[in-house]
Amino acid sequence: MVEAAGIPTLCMTSALDITRAVNPPRAVFVNFPLGHQTGKPHQPELQRSIVRDALGAFETIARPGTIIELPYVWDANDRRWEETDYTANFLPPRPVKEDADTVEAERRARFTASAGK
Amino acid sequence: MPVDYIPRTRELYNAYSPYRWVENHDTPPWTPLKQPLAESKLALIGSGGVLYRDQPRFHREDASYRRIPRDAVQADLGVWHFGYRTTDAEADHNCVFPLTPLRELAAAGVIGEFADPAYSFMGGVYSARKVREELAPQIADELKRAHVDVFFLVPA
Repeated sequence: MVEAAGIPTLCMTSALDITRAVNPPRAVFVNFPLGHQTGKPHQPELQRSIVRDALGAFETIARPGTIIELPYVWDANDRRWEETDYTANFLPPRPVKEDADTVEAERRARFTASAGK
Repeated sequence: MPVDYIPRTRELYNAYSPYRWVENHDTPPWTPLKQPLAESKLALIGSGGVLYRDQPRFHREDASYRRIPRDAVQADLGVWHFGYRTTDAEADHNCVFPLTPLRELAAAGVIGEFADPAYSFMGGVYSARKVREELAPQIADELKRAHVDVFFLVPA
């Protein structure tokens, strides 16, 4: 929709089959577990490298619907995450509403209390 | 080997069937870049459920979005999402919402400008209609008004 409005778009993905189905104008695939599309935590050089390589696709993709695969590997010695990522019991149980509300209240209170400092 | 997430998602969500995937078979829309990336103003949107300070969290079926200041740091940010393991994103938002890399790439001249603010929503919206008719047009409107040249999407 943004692309149709005249702004070029580029979509990161770690789910190749989903992105093939959605078929965005430009996409870049990194084979990492969901939730790490732009890298591992606390690895700023890896994150910057992935984002820089991904953005390069703005200038290299010339055909709508192209997906470029970047060569990053999550763990060269252990690919077991591919067996378990996003399968049954993978997601933590959803918190009951009261618990979720408490967590939310605490999170927001942290900033309300520090406002003005 | 890339993981097949469509069958895994069907399995996880089989209580909510039928889960119909968005499939677009037509050639996607296409707008060529007007100028090199190094001269372009780039905006970021992420669907990882990132929140800034005391912004209200998302709720289920929530197609609203939050404006995240470009210069926000880790201590300013929270994550609310039920559809992926958020542990690493909570520890470092740059896993799914790369503010730091984009600030650095702007400073290094790889992109012309990193647009302020960045945009965040929670990708667990099961209504493609809501996204198409509510979320996307609002964002497109904001980007136009901010004279954004290119748009970088990071789903989570």
